[in-house]
Amino acid sequence: MLNASLKQLAAQLLEKKISSVELTEVFLKHIKTLNPELNAFITINEEMSFAQAQVADKMIASGQTHPLTGIPVAQKDIFCAKGWLTTCGSKMLSNFISPYDATVIERFNQVGAVNIGKTNMDEFAMGSSNETSYYGPVKNPWDPLAVPGGSSGGSACAVAARMAPAATATDTGGSIRQPAALCGISGIKPTYGLVSRYGMIAFASSLDQGGPMAKSAEDLALLLNVMIGFDARDSTSLQREPEDYARDLDKPLEQLRIGLPKEYFAQGVSQDVANAVEAAIAEFRKLGATTVEISLPNTQLSIPVYYVLAPAEASSNLSRFDGVRYGYRASDYTDLEDMYKKTRAQGFGAEVKRRILIGTYVLSHGYYDAYYLQAQKLRRLIASDFTEAFKQCDVIMGPTSPAVAFNLGEKSGDPLQMYLSDIYTSAANLAGLPAMSIPVGLGDKNRPVGLHIVGNYFREAQMLNIAHQYQQVTDWHLRAPARLPEA
Amino acid sequence: MTLSVDDVKRVANLARIEISEEESQQVLIQLSGIFSLIEQMQAVDTSHIEPMSHAQDMIQRLREDVVTESDQHILFQSIAPQVEASLYLVPKVIE
Repeated sequence: MLNASLKQLAAQLLEKKISSVELTEVFLKHIKTLNPELNAFITINEEMSFAQAQVADKMIASGQTHPLTGIPVAQKDIFCAKGWLTTCGSKMLSNFISPYDATVIERFNQVGAVNIGKTNMDEFAMGSSNETSYYGPVKNPWDPLAVPGGSSGGSACAVAARMAPAATATDTGGSIRQPAALCGISGIKPTYGLVSRYGMIAFASSLDQGGPMAKSAEDLALLLNVMIGFDARDSTSLQREPEDYARDLDKPLEQLRIGLPKEYFAQGVSQDVANAVEAAIAEFRKLGATTVEISLPNTQLSIPVYYVLAPAEASSNLSRFDGVRYGYRASDYTDLEDMYKKTRAQGFGAEVKRRILIGTYVLSHGYYDAYYLQAQKLRRLIASDFTEAFKQCDVIMGPTSPAVAFNLGEKSGDPLQMYLSDIYTSAANLAGLPAMSIPVGLGDKNRPVGLHIVGNYFREAQMLNIAHQYQQVTDWHLRAPARLPEA
Repeated sequence: MTLSVDDVKRVANLARIEISEEESQQVLIQLSGIFSLIEQMQAVDTSHIEPMSHAQDMIQRLREDVVTESDQHILFQSIAPQVEASLYLVPKVIE
């Protein structure tokens, strides 16, 4: 049951072999066994989960079913869910019971999916290891000495450890793809503007995009069908005809042209990751795809550009946390300004403060042109690199992360080293392109390796087709960490 | 470009984050490292490039000027740190 695909779970529910309440119980039990060690969830609320499962069972009984009706989904704690504690991994929101639902939550509720709990994450999604969470680090289920990646580390861990069949996540510079890679699961960040950001606590609004995590590409397609859709409450939501993201899963891959950026295979990739990625690409050649070397000459600039733009937007977005309308407020202060300063000094962790300071600096008088404007210009160069590349190929492949999961504590004292783990992922956010990671092997210390697939705008169905065809001839996506107890 | 402790304190004040002398020193070291990475941006000539402010070229969507939200202040204020008579309470700013 824990290893079943979403399609298999839906079939069991439809055939009444199991009820949603029973299924919810199975996963909650597994969470209770594993979560004390792995720390993937910040909040479990059995009562609310079971209430949703009961609604789902009624929907199934009355024949109003959708492919996800009755299926438990773990929700990243960045999505506001009515009546649920929604912390965003921060002390600042440690008492925040959301009074409303994010659009993503609402869409899952409408089809009768069950919120199985809120997952741990780097504070305000700022981190690549899940170590900046106020609620403590998440452990990698493949090896508890290793980080799960971040910022969606809790969601990735939950799916990898089979505590949930699927999870939501968000990606500003790689926060879906990097933890998916490090935990050996599949995850996709859609084209910017497809998933509503309403009720998704903002980090860097021009880069943030929600997306799903699951075991397989087939599962991701079913999740995207729920998550994507126009929303008038998000001013950057795109108005497009609805698509069935599972429609092309079974297409053959002949004619597919895979672009391999020479910059991604140059220096900096560890040998074990390079080997696994090359083996995966060989598999795609067997499936009929051809490969072509391409160039993304401004790859190196994506990190500096990202670390100007994202903090700049964050410094503005996080100004709302002032201890007045919701969230934490310091207890002792002399006047209004002192209240703001103490509230923010105590409510935010070190990494969040660091990024607010960077953002405030680059936007401050006299520095705007040199940093913020220059970064926006370079952002265009980075996006143009992809436009040029897609004239020669259909998708771009490479490693998701330069190395397998590092150890807890290994990089937490050195922000710069941590930032460099986004080297392959942040460019897709800057360009607004869809990108995904799928598991393609085990590297050093038997830790998972992810393959990064970047598609052209709105080519999610094609990317899922590519990933699905690979998953038909390989079994990396079916492997669960061996050390986990069977349920 | 070299950052100073005074820069850190000035920016922390602008961001309304209290920072101690000791923290300023630590933050200075970390920010200096990050800015040395950011400085790589200056090597590129971008004089003829249009800044890209957003991932999608789109026009701001407008809506009809009609009321779409209902009054939910009781619900929203129920999670506020301090409320009185439907007002958010903050320390006095006018004598």
